[in-house]
Amino acid sequence: MAERPEDLNLPNAVITRIIKEALPDGVNVSKEARRAISQAASVFVLYATSCANSFAMKAKRKTLNAGDVMSAMEEMEFERFLPPLREALEAYKKGQKGKKEASEQKRKDKEKKNGTEENDKSREEEEDEEEHMEDEQDGENEGEEEDVEN
Amino acid sequence: MENKVERAANGKNVSLPVSRVKLIMKSSPDVSCINQDALFLTTKATELFVQHLALTSYNNGSGKQNGTLSYSDLANTAEEAEPFQFLTDILPKKILARDYLKSLEEMEEEDDN
Repeated sequence: MAERPEDLNLPNAVITRIIKEALPDGVNVSKEARRAISQAASVFVLYATSCANSFAMKAKRKTLNAGDVMSAMEEMEFERFLPPLREALEAYKKGQKGKKEASEQKRKDKEKKNGTEENDKSREEEEDEEEHMEDEQDGENEGEEEDVEN
Repeated sequence: MENKVERAANGKNVSLPVSRVKLIMKSSPDVSCINQDALFLTTKATELFVQHLALTSYNNGSGKQNGTLSYSDLANTAEEAEPFQFLTDILPKKILARDYLKSLEEMEEEDDN
């Protein structure tokens, strides 16, 4: 929980870096402007959350999902964010899956046991997972053959 | 395809701390649960917002000649650029007390008439 009001601010160093990346090189951003942008960003989060939440409530859901956030961006007239957000989400999901597969692989190597997070996965991911496992088995077989040859 | 997966797994997707964004989102009283994707998207959107606000203000601002971005550029953006108008309350335009008192007097005169 947020115990101090500062907890609701975003870290200044990161905000400053993002501003610097957006502007041409060498632009001087006043301290007051940086603070204002940081506050604006916090308000943006709250505004987006409340918009997204109203979409979730309309659909009688208690959990905010990606679609709600996307709808909120449209509602707030930030349609221009939609393509980069879609791209980022896709990359993020792939990254998450890669991590999951890597850790699962480790587990399998350790005790050849299935993970406990199966329920969380979408069907699509499971299908990909199966393909992946087949590939791995092929790989293992090749390895065995090599061993025999040696 | 393979490269893309690797890049996503190795490189950081967002630079703002997701945990802090979650804290801000949860401070909203009617929000109960947020899934991971929604949290990630909000964090990413906030970064895009910061860039967009800074760049819009700079491009329309007065400091473009000498390469500065000042508070008044942001206040102008909040007042003039359509999607940023929700910021008018937290980025008020600064005016001199002299001008404020003058406008106050004018309003009182109008009320009298």
